[in-house]
Amino acid sequence: MNTNLRRAIGTAAFAAVAFPALAACGGSDDSGGSGASGSKDKTVTLVSHNSFNASDEVLKQFTRQTGYKVNVLKGGDAGQAVNQAILSKSHPQGDVFFGVDNTLLSRALDNGIFAPYEAKGLERVPRKLQADAGEHRVTPVDTGDICVNYDRAYFADHKLAPPQTLDDLVKPEYKNLLVTENAATSSPGLAFQLATAAKYGDDGWQDYWKKLKSNGVEVVDGWEQAYNERFSGSAGGKKAKGDKPLVVSYASSPPAEVMGVKPQPAEAPTGVATGTCFQQTEFAGLLKGAKNPEGGKALIDFLLSRTFQEDMPLQMFVKPANQDAKLPELFTKYGAQVNEPGTLAPEKIAKNRDQWVKAWSSLVLK
Amino acid sequence: MALPLAFFGVFFAYPVAAIVSRGLKDGGQWQFARVGEVLTDPAIGHVLWFTTWQAAASTALTLAVALPGAYAFARFDFPGKRMLRAVVTVPFVLPTVVVGSAFLALLGRGGLLDEWWGVRLDTTVWAILIAHVFFNYAVVVRTVGGLWAQLDPRQEEAARVLGAGRFTAWRRVTLPALAPSVAAAALMVFLFTFTSFGVVQILGGPHYATLEVEIYQQTAQMLDLPTAAVLTLLQFVAVAALLAVHAWTVRRREATLRLVDPSRTARRPRGAGQWAFLASVLAVIAVLILAPLVVLVLRSFDGPDGYGLAFYRALASADGNAGTFVVAPLEAIGNSLAYGLAATAIAVVVGGLAAAALTRREGRLVRGFDALLMLPLGTSAVTVGFGFLISLDKPPLDLRASWILVPLAQALVGVPFVVRTVLPVLRAVDARLREAAAVLGASPLRAWREVDLPLVGRALGVAAGFAFAVSLGEFGATVFIARPDSPTLPVAVARLLGRPGELTYGQAMALSTILMLVCAAALLVLERIRTDRTGEF
Repeated sequence: MNTNLRRAIGTAAFAAVAFPALAACGGSDDSGGSGASGSKDKTVTLVSHNSFNASDEVLKQFTRQTGYKVNVLKGGDAGQAVNQAILSKSHPQGDVFFGVDNTLLSRALDNGIFAPYEAKGLERVPRKLQADAGEHRVTPVDTGDICVNYDRAYFADHKLAPPQTLDDLVKPEYKNLLVTENAATSSPGLAFQLATAAKYGDDGWQDYWKKLKSNGVEVVDGWEQAYNERFSGSAGGKKAKGDKPLVVSYASSPPAEVMGVKPQPAEAPTGVATGTCFQQTEFAGLLKGAKNPEGGKALIDFLLSRTFQEDMPLQMFVKPANQDAKLPELFTKYGAQVNEPGTLAPEKIAKNRDQWVKAWSSLVLK
Repeated sequence: MALPLAFFGVFFAYPVAAIVSRGLKDGGQWQFARVGEVLTDPAIGHVLWFTTWQAAASTALTLAVALPGAYAFARFDFPGKRMLRAVVTVPFVLPTVVVGSAFLALLGRGGLLDEWWGVRLDTTVWAILIAHVFFNYAVVVRTVGGLWAQLDPRQEEAARVLGAGRFTAWRRVTLPALAPSVAAAALMVFLFTFTSFGVVQILGGPHYATLEVEIYQQTAQMLDLPTAAVLTLLQFVAVAALLAVHAWTVRRREATLRLVDPSRTARRPRGAGQWAFLASVLAVIAVLILAPLVVLVLRSFDGPDGYGLAFYRALASADGNAGTFVVAPLEAIGNSLAYGLAATAIAVVVGGLAAAALTRREGRLVRGFDALLMLPLGTSAVTVGFGFLISLDKPPLDLRASWILVPLAQALVGVPFVVRTVLPVLRAVDARLREAAAVLGASPLRAWREVDLPLVGRALGVAAGFAFAVSLGEFGATVFIARPDSPTLPVAVARLLGRPGELTYGQAMALSTILMLVCAAALLVLERIRTDRTGEF
C-alpha cells in the first residue's frame, strides 16, 4: 500500500509537472503558504464563504500596515462555510474565519472553533451587535437586513400602495403577489421565517404562515430563483418575465439594482417594505489552532477599521458594524432606512431553529 | 491496476469512509440505532421512491429521444455534423443554475410553450424529466454513436442478402453488438439522474427532492452527519445494486466485434425516408438543445440600451462599475482550462490503466473493481468535498487549500467515463490480433502499442472529451472544497447570479455564453485530434 500511496502522489505530481499552465493558479499556494504550512509568519489566511469580497487595494493596505499578506480561502455559501470550519476544527484551514451570522452563531460557538480575542475598535460597534460580548470569541463585522422588496412599477401601474409590514402581506389586496425562499435551504428564506417568529412569537408565527399560505405565498428553493426568475422588479426577472411583484431579498438589493447603470435613475426600480425585516449580523473570529494567531488578530482589527468597513458595502452589499464608517452614496441615495428590524437572540435561534424549520416545512410545503 | 486502486483508495474510499464514520460514531461508539431510525422515516421512503422512479423515467425518455440521434450521427454524413456533435455536448457542462433559467424560459410561464399552446410545465415533474434529457442527450449520442460508427455495415448487409428483413437484420446483427454500449449509456444516464441535484432543486422547487438533495441538505445545511451518513450508505447500496444488475445483464453480451474506420460507414442520406429521419433528429436537437442555449445567448446581448455588447464590455473592464469586481473573467477561463486539462490527464491515465487491467483479467475481484470505479458517480459531491476536508488534512497527505484537490475531485467523476467508453472497445479487440503480434515476435508492450492503442485511440479521444467536459462544468466539488481563490467559470457564474443587479445578471449570462463557447471549442479541437488519429489506420 505504501508504494501505491507514493505512486498516487506521483500522479498528482505528474499532473502538476505536465501542465505548466497550472502553475498560474497553483502559484498562490507556493508563495502564500496556505496558512497550514510554509512561511507562516508573513501570511495570514482568511477562511470565508463564497460571497466574501474585498478590493485588492484594501487588502494591500493591510499588508503595508502590518507586513502580513492575506490569503483568502472561500468555501461554499454561508452555511456550508461554517460547517466546513466546524468539521476541520482539529486541523483548521486558516487563521481567521469570517462570515458566521447570528442564525448560525451558536452552532459555531458550541463546537468551539474560535479562540477569544477582543478586537481593537470594538468600542465603536453598537453594543447590541456584540452577541458574544462576555467572551469575545467572535467580533461583529457587518449587518444586513432581509426584507420584502417590491416592484415599484407594478404597484404604480395597479394604483396600489406597496405593503410595508408583515401584517400587510396577509391582506387580500396582496394575494398571490409574494415569492419567498425555502427556509430549510436558503439563508434569506430562514431569515424571513425568523422575522415572523420575532414578530408573532413562538406560538403566533405558525398562524401567520397559515394566513400567508392561504393568501397565495409562493415558495421556491433559493434566492436566485426567487429574485432573478420570479420577481418582476429585478433585471433578471424582467427578462425571465417574472410574475411576482413582491420578493424576500435584502434591504441592499435596490442599490445593487442600479449599481453601474448609466445614467443613474432618480430612484431604484424596487423598494423595501421596511416593516418586514430581519437583521443578520456577520461575525469574524480567530480560529483555534491557528498557525499565525498574531497575524489573525491583526486581521480582525483590520476588518473593523474604517478602511475595510467603508470598502465593504459595495463589495458585499452589507452595512458596516463600525459606527464611524460612512456609507457610500449609492446606499444613502437608493437604500432604505430600516429602523427597527426584527431580531432574535442567537441562543433562541439555536434552540428553536431545527424544530421551526421542520414545522415550517410541513406547514408551508406540504 | 495498482495505480487506479491506490487512486480510488486515497481520494475516494478513504475520504468517504472518514465522513461516514464521523457521522455514525459518537464518542468512539458506533451508532447503529440511527440507521434504523432514518430508514423507517416515511419521509425518507418517499424521497427514495421519487428518486428511483424519476431516474427510471428519465433514462427511458433519454434513450428514446437520443438513440435515433446516435444512429444519425453514426451513419449519416451531413454538413456541420462535427460542430453539432460538439454543441449537443455543451449542456453537459453548463451550470444547472443557468440552464434551469433557460429551461423556464421555454417551459415556464410566458415561455414558448405557454405562448403557443398554453402549456406550462414548470411546476410539474415533466420539467425535470425533459431537463434530464437535455443534459444527458450527449451521453447516449457519444457512447452509443461512437461504437455504432465503427460497426461494419456490411455485416448487416450480409444478413439482408441471406434473406433477413431489415428489422430482423438489425435486431440480430446490430442490436447485439450495440447492447453493451447501450447498457453502458443507460447506466450512466440512470446514475446521473438518480443522483440529480441542481435540476431537481431548481425545476422541482422545494416540493421534489432526490436522495442527493437530501444528503446535501443534511450535510451542508443542517450538519446532521448521522442522517447524512445513513443516506450516503443507502445511496451506495442502491448504486451497487444497480451496478450488479448491469454487470449481470452485460457480462454475456460483450463479444469481439469487427471495428472499422467510422469515416467509411457514414454516408449521405438516400431517399425521402432517410432525409425525413435525419430532419426529425435535427428538429429534436433544435427544440430540445439549441433553443435553451439560444435563450441564454440572447439574454447575454439584451443590455440596458437594447441589444449590444454592454455586458461583455462590463466583463472586460477591469474595475467593473462603481469599483466592484467579483471575478476576473479571463482568469476564470484560464482556471477552468487548467483544471480541466489536469483532471482530464488524471482521468485518462487512471481510467485507461483501469480499463486495460479489466480487459486482461477475469474473476469476481476484477468485476468488483469495475463496479467500484463507478461508485463516485453515485456519491454526493458534498460527501466527497467534506470528506477531503477532514481526511486529507494531515501529513503525509496534507492537501488543505491545495489547488490539486479540485482536479482530483473532478477526475473522480471523469474516470468512470473513461472506463465505460474505453472498456467496450478494448474488449471488442480481437485477442487473435494480439496473439498474431506475439507470434510475430512483439513484446506484450509492443503488441499493446501497435494493436490495442490505435484501435482504442478513438475511444480514448471520446473519453478524454467527456472527462474534460465534466471537469469544465463541474460545480459541486469545486464549491465544497475551500481553496485559494481561483474560481472556475461555473463558480464565477454562480457568484454573479448570487448578487442582485442588472449588470451582474447580464454578466452572468455573458459568462455562461463564454463557457459554452469555450466548451464547444475544446470539444471541436478534440474531435479534430480524434480524426487525425483514426486516419492512421
